[in-house]
Amino acid sequence: MSKLLDKTASRTAGSAVEPHGWTKGVLLANGWLVYAFFYAPILLLVIFSFSDSRNVGVWGGFTLDWYEGFVDSRQTQAALWNSVKIATVSTVVSVVLGTMSALALERFKFRGKQVFDALLYLPIIIPDVTMAVMMLLFFAEFFDVLNAVFGTELRKGFSSIALSHIAFSISFVSVVVRARLAGMSSHLEEAALDLYATRWQAFRFVTFPQILPGILGGALLAMTISLDDVVITQFVTGPGWTTLPVYVFGLIRRGVTPLINAVSVVMLMASMTLVALSLLVERVRNVGTNQRRGF
Amino acid sequence: MTSAVEIAGITKRFGDVVAVDNIDLTIADGEFFALLGPSGCGKTTTLRMIAGLEFPTQGSLKIFGDEVGTLPPNKRPVNTVFQNYALFPHLNALDNVAFGLKMQGVDKSTARRRALETIDLVQLTGMDARKPSELSGGQQQRVALARALVNQPKVLLLDEPLGALDLKLRQEMQGELKNLQQNLGVSFVFVTHDQEEALTMSDRMAVMNDGKLLQVGTPEEIYEHPSNRFVADFIGQTNLLEGRVLDSETVCLANGEHVTGISDLPRGSEVAVSLRPERAHLGPLDEIHSRQAAVDGVVESVTYLGNARVYHVRFDWMVIEVREENRPGSTLHEPGTSVSVSWDPSAVSVVAD
Ligand SMILES: Nc1ncnc2c1ncn2[C@@H]1O[C@H](COP(=O)(O)OP(=O)(O)OP(=O)(O)O)[C@@H](O)[C@H]1O
Ligand SMILES: [Mg+2]
Repeated sequence: MSKLLDKTASRTAGSAVEPHGWTKGVLLANGWLVYAFFYAPILLLVIFSFSDSRNVGVWGGFTLDWYEGFVDSRQTQAALWNSVKIATVSTVVSVVLGTMSALALERFKFRGKQVFDALLYLPIIIPDVTMAVMMLLFFAEFFDVLNAVFGTELRKGFSSIALSHIAFSISFVSVVVRARLAGMSSHLEEAALDLYATRWQAFRFVTFPQILPGILGGALLAMTISLDDVVITQFVTGPGWTTLPVYVFGLIRRGVTPLINAVSVVMLMASMTLVALSLLVERVRNVGTNQRRGF
Repeated sequence: MTSAVEIAGITKRFGDVVAVDNIDLTIADGEFFALLGPSGCGKTTTLRMIAGLEFPTQGSLKIFGDEVGTLPPNKRPVNTVFQNYALFPHLNALDNVAFGLKMQGVDKSTARRRALETIDLVQLTGMDARKPSELSGGQQQRVALARALVNQPKVLLLDEPLGALDLKLRQEMQGELKNLQQNLGVSFVFVTHDQEEALTMSDRMAVMNDGKLLQVGTPEEIYEHPSNRFVADFIGQTNLLEGRVLDSETVCLANGEHVTGISDLPRGSEVAVSLRPERAHLGPLDEIHSRQAAVDGVVESVTYLGNARVYHVRFDWMVIEVREENRPGSTLHEPGTSVSVSWDPSAVSVVAD
């Protein structure tokens, strides 16, 4: 993992100067310190998830019981699946809406653009708790009104969590995709139009491939945020819709056991796999272009 | 014969900015037409309106007789070579060139064959698999050219296509482009702010400034008979001697001296006599030729150019530049000597604002 990171770092910093003497020593020490700071807690977490003792801080010999407990527990299973379902749905929807709003803001002029632009970033600035309370109020009122008017039986649960996650993920996706779009000359789209492409074809064959890395990055971000969220989810969740982080949070209140460590390690692995995958994809693409340079 | 492009009374405004101000322009079929002017004068905007990337605020635009006013770019029989090439970075040279054919629904193998032919035409044989980032500036330029030409447009629009190339490559490409245009017989509308490029390459050219079309004509007409002060100054080097019209063949210069200058402007009009440096001659003070206009001055500086010498001669309130070919036996006039600057009256033009 860290090797992968090192490789990317050295590739981007092509023109950096090699340090000498004590500068080199200090820099090296600093590097190790930062790594220790990052990874020591993770290392401890991983080690104690294998500890055969109910007390988190005490090593009681090696065991896989906590992982077994995680796999066997119907509650953790249910929470995991809830998380995955919500993350998937909210990622897909927010990627589509976020990309569309990024395109609108970056490529078109329309009335109220500046207001829309400013408001779009609100969810990034507002504290989670505020957002959570807003959502809670909103769904309480909104679902009541819908149920009264249309006779539906909407309750808090999947739809309220997914909608909240979509609401804040759109901003993040939009920011990432916009950065990518801003770096792409609008002349490319004009060139496509000049070469007989319709607006849709220009998007499909020129804009989309150009912003795809941004879209994937945005999707990764949206998925990570959704999988991680505790505060907002806790406010808008309903019966039967406990997500994994919310479940872990609940466990802690009832006393910390290494089961939490095991669950955390699983979650950690999941996010690291996502990051590693994205780096790998990037690497393969680069190798591909380098090889083609040959002839 | 219908003309390739017919622009009548076209104006383009961006908010308060008038980018193109009521221009009329006709470009013939098979013509190499240059659009010349300083930065920001509206060249790109004019070109973009022909391409359909910008719609005129006012006026009529016809391509081969068809009114295209607000037709989108993908419905016009024209293609563009963009100012910065605008190649698709994720596609290799072949796919870049074949893009237009694919969008028109040409089948894959035909598109591939025609794209490869065009890549050969622009002398990029064997480079079809390279991405734009793996090509030099000159090669990218050729891909951009091929990408437009492969569609066999009726009019090819080029926006400063050589602007990013170094001098040597630029001169090479100028020759190639001109040959290509003559062989294909397609109208080229070529935007540039380099007057030399416009003069050497075009069949006819237009000079623009500040959104207005100042003069249209062959390079020779424009160089020899500039229609106003801006054109005289912008095309080539010139000395502008300020004065007033006295009668149809005399101009009274600002210092009271009379020189020959043919014009049909009313008496008293403020004008300038445009004297090209290479049309003026230096001689000793007493050398008076009949039928030659002359003013007297003092040599201020001499610049040696190898094939010529450029003199700056102070003449009352202004400095005149004179270019003397460096021939065997041509006399050198040292700085400080008094000289007479003379010229053939038919070699100057009288220009107003
Ligand atoms: N999209 C736009 N919005 C507002 N103003 C514009 C726009 N496009 C062009 N202009 C203005 O219109 C005028 C003409 O611009 P244009 O790009 O046609 O100039 P140009 O002759 O091509 O210049 P250059 O040689 O620098 O490329 C300029 O003043 C420019 O600022
Ligand atoms: Mg321009």
